[in-house]
Amino acid sequence: MFENLDAVILARTQFAFTVSFHFIFPAFSIGTASYLMVLEGLWLKTGNGVYANLYRYWIKIFAIAFGMGVVSGVVMSYQFGTNWSVFSTKAGPVIGPLMAYEVLTAFFLEAGFLGVMLFGMNKVGKRLHFFATCMVALGTLISATWIISVNSWMQTPTGYAINERGQFVPAGSWLPIIFNPSFPYRLVHTVIGAYLTTAMVVGAVGAWHLLRDRANPGARKMFSMAMWMAALLTPIQIFVGDAHGLNTLEHQPAKVLAMEGHYEPSPNGASLILFGLPSNETAEVHYKIEVPHLGSLILKHDPNAPLPGLSDFPRDQWPPVPIVFWSFRIMVGLGFAMLGLGLWSLLARWRGALYDWSWLHRASIALGPSGFVAVLAGWVTTEVGRQPFTVYGLLRTSESHSPLDAAAVATSLIAFIVVYFSAFGAGTYYMLRMMAKPPQAGEPEPPKIPQRAAGITPAAAVATSTERKA
Amino acid sequence: MNMADIDLTTIWAGIIGFAVFAYVVMDGFDLGIGILFPTFSVGEERDQSMNSIAPVWDGNETWLVLGGGGLFAAFPLAYAIILPATYPLIIAMLLGLVFRGVAFEFRWRDPRHRAFWDVAFSLGSVLAAFTQGMTLGAILQGVHVENDAYAGGWLDWLSPFSLLTGAAVVVGYALLGATWLIWKTEGSTQQRARRLALPLGVATLLVLGAVSAATPFLTYDYWRRWFAMPGVLLTAQVPLLVAICAVTFFWSLKRGAERLPFMTALGLFFLGFVGLGISIYPYVVPRAVTIWDAAAPPQSQLFMLVGAAVIIPIILAYTGWAYWVFRGKVGTHGYH
Repeated sequence: MFENLDAVILARTQFAFTVSFHFIFPAFSIGTASYLMVLEGLWLKTGNGVYANLYRYWIKIFAIAFGMGVVSGVVMSYQFGTNWSVFSTKAGPVIGPLMAYEVLTAFFLEAGFLGVMLFGMNKVGKRLHFFATCMVALGTLISATWIISVNSWMQTPTGYAINERGQFVPAGSWLPIIFNPSFPYRLVHTVIGAYLTTAMVVGAVGAWHLLRDRANPGARKMFSMAMWMAALLTPIQIFVGDAHGLNTLEHQPAKVLAMEGHYEPSPNGASLILFGLPSNETAEVHYKIEVPHLGSLILKHDPNAPLPGLSDFPRDQWPPVPIVFWSFRIMVGLGFAMLGLGLWSLLARWRGALYDWSWLHRASIALGPSGFVAVLAGWVTTEVGRQPFTVYGLLRTSESHSPLDAAAVATSLIAFIVVYFSAFGAGTYYMLRMMAKPPQAGEPEPPKIPQRAAGITPAAAVATSTERKA
Repeated sequence: MNMADIDLTTIWAGIIGFAVFAYVVMDGFDLGIGILFPTFSVGEERDQSMNSIAPVWDGNETWLVLGGGGLFAAFPLAYAIILPATYPLIIAMLLGLVFRGVAFEFRWRDPRHRAFWDVAFSLGSVLAAFTQGMTLGAILQGVHVENDAYAGGWLDWLSPFSLLTGAAVVVGYALLGATWLIWKTEGSTQQRARRLALPLGVATLLVLGAVSAATPFLTYDYWRRWFAMPGVLLTAQVPLLVAICAVTFFWSLKRGAERLPFMTALGLFFLGFVGLGISIYPYVVPRAVTIWDAAAPPQSQLFMLVGAAVIIPIILAYTGWAYWVFRGKVGTHGYH
């Protein structure tokens, strides 16, 4: 089945597969780490036991997600070399140190604080334990910062020089490399995306248990907190996304035009294409439904401002428009669905019926996985929109890959698919099984779990600490 | 080339060499337990041997990430040549480690499917150890480099020599696992580990001898490094020390010592590592790319060194603390 595929397409497919799987877990654990920090902080402040129970409920799920994130991350640290060796040679001197810092900071966080966080409070006292939780939350954010910096540098490279071997090297200071033009926008947009992903999962779990027992205090509290997040964060996220889009228009106009589906320039103001079927072959969008002038209003904040079209760019610099066009619409559509859920919850709250409107709960359950889908769709938009380059405008994807044989990549791709679906599928199943149990005082644990120090897959340590408390 | 980047590059070669050795030592014994797992009886013995590595195995594995990440950042060219050259081995190793890692966790969570996860744990461990050994052999036998890139086929790594090094690492890890269990367990698990340690010790010495005997014949360069005067006066100390280690190992095993077998097995690994250093240094891809050829520019290496100098000592301190906390014998339900 692979005769017609070349090694580059297979290598890209494999990288996309492993990085997407990897991205799912941090997207959830970044938000959950901060949520745990808030829960513990509120518990220390108010002394209300429901927060402590929720903390213990979610930390078990967090531990598994964190562990799978790290296990799949180990693979990523080798995939650059196996699949993208030319890119690694050329961009290594710039992005390698940033990634090494990510590894080192992740080490530091795990070594120092995750152990304390998971080992339970009776060893270190409440305040130090809370400090550890804060440091773990901070650590996930620092980790994300380095990785987003690397990715943003690939999108908007600055601060580099090219040496005699054709490698990108730092031109002087590291600051313009780390704080490249798209980095602040992408970081804020991604982190809020992670927070919303967690909020949607927490909301769905709360709603699930509310449908069974409206009086469960843990379910009420987590649902209420998640709905506040949906109501408050989605408008901010839409605003930040808009700013990120304007930044992309400035630095990567072809990507934005692909997202919008504008093949032809619009000298008198661009429309907003809501739906359609773009085709790079015919360079037009079939069956399109559009709103005149709205595109320019969004991108230029002026309905009559001219916009270029993809035809202003050489044909060999176009990203694959249909993918970018649709992944962008999936992300935006889900974002507005989350906004709708947030507004609905505000209405319910105002009417005093937040825990009673079962259709609101059902909608929340339906949107439970929406954060993951939106985050992945956004990721696809930005990464596929960067094509046909790995380092935007400077290094082509077709010139970045390893000297690989299609048969080798095809075999490993199949192996990855089988192993990831079985291993991480099982992990997801265990997480869902934990979520299916209602939150209550004193979470029971399976017996015969060994003691653990902190490490990269901390799941079982949680069990031990709770066992000891009991 | 000025003094400044010679120093930095050598320092980074040292850091990465240290990370790789730390990984081999620490993940070696817990992969070894995975390799020996099928020989333990279901229940008490398996639970006890799992428990003996439960607190430390995943911290051990993070050294692999540091080794890979460090190589990418400090020696991007070496990273970009070695990984495509050993592509199927690296992928198989990663998949083995993924399976083994999750099997370790899920075994406890899902007792109904414990038999399945035990098989996954064992197969993943064998696969990871074997592919690590083959990768080593593939690098030692040399890879085809043209214009700063790998230029060979995707099965070049497969040779009798790499199969030998693969088997050597599996046997060696199994020895580390068995001696670790002698130290950390008691009762029937310890007795079984004792019975395994003797043949594994003999087998390790045999494969170590076979790899050492075969290496100088791979190329004249290795031969020259080991047997030419005056270097031979220094290199001859390595087999001598191996002999001392081996004698101490068998003696300690016979005497019923609990800690010394593990320590002498580690000593054998250390000497093997020194031997590799003698064969390879200052190349990172033997006979093709030296550490200076592969080095990232000094400003990249310096920037990272600042972080490494602060954080690696912290990691070491924490690791030492974790081993201290979990000192002593393990029971069926974890450390006493």
